[in-house]
Amino acid sequence: MRRLGKPGTWSSRTGRRPAALRCLAAFAVSLAAVLLATVAARADASDYESALHSLAEPSPEEVSRGISGLGSSGDPRAMGVLQALRDGNLLVAEGGAIYLKDAGGALHDALSGAPSGPRAGRAPPVDNDVRRVLLPVLARLELRSPDRAVRLAANETLADRGNDGDAPVLRDALARETDKGVRAAIVSTLAELDLASTDPQRRLGAIDAIGASGSVRFRPVLSALVARHDDGSYSEPDPRVRSAADSVLHSLDRKQMAVDAIAGVLYGLSAGSILLLSALGLAITFGLMRVINMAHGEMLMLGAYATYCTQVFFAAHFPSLMSWYLLAAVPVALITCMAMGALLERTVIQFLYGRPLETLLATYGLSLLLIQLVRSIFGAQNVTVENPPWLAGGAELFEGVVIPYNRMAVVLFTIVVVAFVGYILRGTSLGLRVRAVTQNRPMAACMGISTRRVDTWTFALGSGVGGLGGVALAQLGNVGPEMGQSYIVDSFLVVVLGGVGKLMGSIIAAFGLGILNKVLEPFAGAVLGKIVVLMVVVLIIQKRPQGLFAQRTRGVEDA
Amino acid sequence: MRKWLVGLAACCQVWLVGCSKDAAPAGDMKPADSAAAAASDMPKPAAAATTDTIKVGILHSLSGTMAISETSLRDVALMTIEEINAKGGLLGKKLEAVVVDPASNWPLFAEKARELLQKDKVAVVFGCWTSVSRKSVLPVFEELNGLLFYPVQYEGEESSYNVFYTGAAPNQQAIPAVEYLMGEKGGGAKRFELLGTDYVYPRTTNKILRYFLHSKGVSDDDIHEEYTPFGHNDYQTIVANIKKFAVGKRTAVISTINGDSNVPFYKELGNQGMKAADIPVVAFSVGEEELRGIDAKPLVGQLAAWNYFMSIDTPENKAFIAEWKAYVKAHNLTDGDKRVTNDPMEATYIGMHMWAQAVEQAGTTDVDAVRQAAGYQTFRSPSGFDITLDAKNHHLHKPVFIGEVQANGQFQIVWKTEGPIRAQAWSPFIPESSKKVADWTYPWVCGNCTEAKYPGVGAVANK
Amino acid sequence: MTSLAPARGPAIGRPWATWVTAAVCVVVGVLVPLLNVVTPETSILHVSAVTVALTGKLTCYAIVAVAMDLVWGFAGILSLCHGLFFALGGYAMGMYLMRVIGGEGMYRSALPDFMVFLDWKELPWYWRGFDHFGFALVMALLVPGLLAYVFGYFAFRSRIRGVYFSIVTQAVTYAAMLLFFRNATGFGGNNGLTDFKRILGYSLREPSTRAALCAASGAGLALTYLLCRFVVRSRAGRVLTAMRDVEAKVRFCGYDPVAYKLFAWTLSAMLCGLAGALYVPQVGIINPSEMQTSSSVEIAIWAAVGGRGTLVGPIFGAYLVNGGKSWLTAAFPTAWLYVLGTLFVVITLVLPGGLVRAFSGAGRGRDLMAGWIRDLASKRAASGTSSNVPLPAANLAAPAPPTTVAATDQEEP
Repeated sequence: MRRLGKPGTWSSRTGRRPAALRCLAAFAVSLAAVLLATVAARADASDYESALHSLAEPSPEEVSRGISGLGSSGDPRAMGVLQALRDGNLLVAEGGAIYLKDAGGALHDALSGAPSGPRAGRAPPVDNDVRRVLLPVLARLELRSPDRAVRLAANETLADRGNDGDAPVLRDALARETDKGVRAAIVSTLAELDLASTDPQRRLGAIDAIGASGSVRFRPVLSALVARHDDGSYSEPDPRVRSAADSVLHSLDRKQMAVDAIAGVLYGLSAGSILLLSALGLAITFGLMRVINMAHGEMLMLGAYATYCTQVFFAAHFPSLMSWYLLAAVPVALITCMAMGALLERTVIQFLYGRPLETLLATYGLSLLLIQLVRSIFGAQNVTVENPPWLAGGAELFEGVVIPYNRMAVVLFTIVVVAFVGYILRGTSLGLRVRAVTQNRPMAACMGISTRRVDTWTFALGSGVGGLGGVALAQLGNVGPEMGQSYIVDSFLVVVLGGVGKLMGSIIAAFGLGILNKVLEPFAGAVLGKIVVLMVVVLIIQKRPQGLFAQRTRGVEDA
Repeated sequence: MRKWLVGLAACCQVWLVGCSKDAAPAGDMKPADSAAAAASDMPKPAAAATTDTIKVGILHSLSGTMAISETSLRDVALMTIEEINAKGGLLGKKLEAVVVDPASNWPLFAEKARELLQKDKVAVVFGCWTSVSRKSVLPVFEELNGLLFYPVQYEGEESSYNVFYTGAAPNQQAIPAVEYLMGEKGGGAKRFELLGTDYVYPRTTNKILRYFLHSKGVSDDDIHEEYTPFGHNDYQTIVANIKKFAVGKRTAVISTINGDSNVPFYKELGNQGMKAADIPVVAFSVGEEELRGIDAKPLVGQLAAWNYFMSIDTPENKAFIAEWKAYVKAHNLTDGDKRVTNDPMEATYIGMHMWAQAVEQAGTTDVDAVRQAAGYQTFRSPSGFDITLDAKNHHLHKPVFIGEVQANGQFQIVWKTEGPIRAQAWSPFIPESSKKVADWTYPWVCGNCTEAKYPGVGAVANK
Repeated sequence: MTSLAPARGPAIGRPWATWVTAAVCVVVGVLVPLLNVVTPETSILHVSAVTVALTGKLTCYAIVAVAMDLVWGFAGILSLCHGLFFALGGYAMGMYLMRVIGGEGMYRSALPDFMVFLDWKELPWYWRGFDHFGFALVMALLVPGLLAYVFGYFAFRSRIRGVYFSIVTQAVTYAAMLLFFRNATGFGGNNGLTDFKRILGYSLREPSTRAALCAASGAGLALTYLLCRFVVRSRAGRVLTAMRDVEAKVRFCGYDPVAYKLFAWTLSAMLCGLAGALYVPQVGIINPSEMQTSSSVEIAIWAAVGGRGTLVGPIFGAYLVNGGKSWLTAAFPTAWLYVLGTLFVVITLVLPGGLVRAFSGAGRGRDLMAGWIRDLASKRAASGTSSNVPLPAANLAAPAPPTTVAATDQEEP
């Protein structure tokens, strides 16, 4: 600051006073600016602080207010806090202080960022209402995240629940976006928002963008646009927009049909893999040994319970390895069911060879015994078998068709199991002996093969494969004492349809039936679809009683 | 040799029976001071019945498909009998439970009900779960003038002289839930998917809901009904269709899926990425017991509507839960401390206490007297509210709670009514039913009529 | 008897069988209902209403068991869909009973209750005519018979036999169960048909009506037994039994197996329908769980426990197993499944001939069984041949004393 002349004298009016005034004004302005900036900064900080305080309140309305406050505060730390809130990593301590848990589990103070020791606290009351506020606010912030996947997910959230107010944020993000995939996603989200605009030009632009993106999720929105009311008027007043929407709709319709067909096939593959897993063991015992095992469903059930027991064991003794219990469950189920199969074969089945109808009845009795045994030990309730975290969730393949990871894993598992069985039958000496005994028992006995032991091993193998099926089924559905009953009829049909004695027949039959069922389901409903599939199987068996792929024999009476 | 083998098999059966775990201690419970406990497993012929106990029949499936749900009701009924006996019993006599297992077989329900009433001469029966079982025993109770307390939420459209309904009618569960979903806190849903298992409860409930939604201005285009059979376990296409249906308008799913199918349904929801905040699913048949068999983490935020939740924070509920846990421990029931309480269990508990109170008031266990006394009963239930039994339509006035699933399998209560709501046995939304009256007091004296039986001065229609 | 029958020595059957069955029918059809209606309640001879209802129900099951024995014990066809025929007959009678409720149902409407809550406005075409008892009875016989005929024709013509046939019948009954569980099919869905009030004008709650139904069941059992016995002893029955043992040879002799099997199969289905029609008014409800596959397998065990191929054995089997079920589900609820399961296993392993053969005919029965068990031990090496051999064919080793075993095992029921 310059001194205005000597102290005690006033400088002449002629030139120095305006300069002095200018200096004073500049000083005042800059002081004010600095003060305002500080105040503003502090206000920002206090915005952020007060929003954090709201988060610590016990009522959901206050929490929602806090979330909105954080979203508009502009503070860079807000995104981290909101992400922690969404993921359940936010803790409110007794004094109202807020702590965030990071990936390693350590706690940090939300205000200062300082690390902190373990604290007692509660989670804030987050219900659906709060989530409806939280997710869009967070998505807007996440549009600036350095992580591409996070930006894509944020865009998805805004597309689902955004409103016109988000358009400026999206345009802003689009301007800064360099990644092509994210740009395309933002463009289509903007198009969706533009469709509701009052300006027909913007609507037309939106339809063009939609047509360019070719995404079928816009079908319902477009059909609503061209819909005609009962009184003859249209929802969309502008005819140009209507005709543009119509043409885009036609191309989307064709695409939708293709998508539906592919989705049906994919779902059918998943359903078929389940059928195959449950029928494979039966194909071994019935196909190779001509033993009708009505207790096969219970082998599935025992495999599922073995998985449950493994899970309990891991939870008690190896909690840090919990997410890998499934891998340990596979051999446990296999061995348990093989042992059970061997036991059943030695005690009951071996006396019933050559009498398939009696075997059917006896194994039915065994299934009742096994069900009641499991019920007495584990209780009549279903037991919880958790999906390990690496199997949770799904992958969106395209256009709204989401294949859950656990179903993909089951399909892969089925392929592995089939390969395993194929290898055993073709590549091991046990398999060689099994095939020999199947083809010609007396001759095999003459060659020195112990047919008794081979029988036991075959039955054990079939039961073991059933146990493996149970491991997979435990991930998809209920685990209870009677779970096997719902798979037994289908398993038999798959085996009979496929043809006895050939595993390839069962494979094709299982996938064929699964796909047929899933393709019919959208048209006929779940029940009628199932009934139609059953009738188709019965008709096919009427035409070809020995199944689709049957071993040719010269006997007058097969089986 | 064959006879020897047959004999051995018989011995093995006896051994197996002796070793079966949960039936022996909890079934056929007799009062502690009865020396006949050891020989009491067989239902005695009527002549040998001891006259210094009051017999209470328990008609719940202990095996078969419904065992999962119904075994807990038997256990809580036995617990309540123990509680009443510990306070001295009723009218100076101890209560004696007669437990039978109809094995989820509906004709067997009717047969067992007849046995309980005619052979064992029980004073009251607590039982049934599915509407089929109730409908199959109803003629038996009406013929033999027995008394049944039915604890499960159901579809309404019934009010029998011989039944007291302690579960929710649709206006005490379904309608408030839909109103919540349509409101702002529930997400302002404008489009509804009605998904249920194919039997009378979902069908009737959905019929009522459809009329209700029409009355609120929701058109048929925005309502889609879908049914799956019992035990259906592949919901891939259904969940995908729901996602398609939900595009463009706020959608909510109202699930009346029953039993085992809930597990694959919720797993599919979680895996296909349907979030509760986007498309909330409210279920009427999923409670704490059903969540025990599921990993609840993918379901966080999904809703359920009941008249009671285990997470209700009242001293009465804490006492109830403590008593239940102590009972589970004392009788070594399967699953130990993972056992939970739920709405039908609370309803059984309330029903038993109300019956006990009515017996004390009437001074006798005679069915006609108890029936008249029952209409005056009020009971402070674990939900913290004073529940009254309505003498007119034989239903309870119950509060409604809506809860969100938490990761630990419990429910966080997000909405509740101010006080108990009176049940409407005949739904006012269905045109044919809205004319009907269920009123067992004078002058109507009927459960299903459009005119009073004794028309005269003061015949006021009261639904 | 024609020349095809082997020269027979002294009667080798069970002459007592007919008398015993007659006695059972008299007890069930006459004594039990009478003692319920005529004697006062305090009398020592009084039979309670519970017992009457139970006896009637068990007798219906006995009819089914005899029908099962006809196709399994004598024709060698293990059917796992007899529960379906039973249920179809039950549904026919149930439809009649629903129609005669008239306007007294829950909704006071001419339509059955379940149609009202489904919002249906008029009766579907397949419900017409069921307000006449005679029509319902005819349909109870005709519908299962027709289904059996059509299915059997195609199945036998394709030469589906043995376990394949059983599995296919399982599929048929499962599909039918799914169909009937659908509410939209129009038969009451999961609730089934229930809340019956009257039959032929008589109230179903009256003890006299119940007693009359029990008597009718006894009469039905007698009729079934006599009919089956007549069929089995006739020439057709002999051909049937021969087909059970060695179908190929009989075919080469010029007989057409399709016609004979179809006849027995259809007759058996119609008898099951009759049993179902008698069952439903006594039990008061019919619902699709009667069509479950497990019910049909249990029918097979009744026949097996009693003694396949004897016609009188299955009657005892049905009474024993179902009576045991009723008693055990009251006394030891969790033990029932253990008992049933063990019964299946023990009977098939140890007593394949059933109780009747084990305990009757003194030495003869035992020797036959001894021979049979020995046959099995030697036959195990030859798997895959003729799968339907419930009784030892005499052309295999017959170590029993020669005087007791005739040329073929043509046992007279």
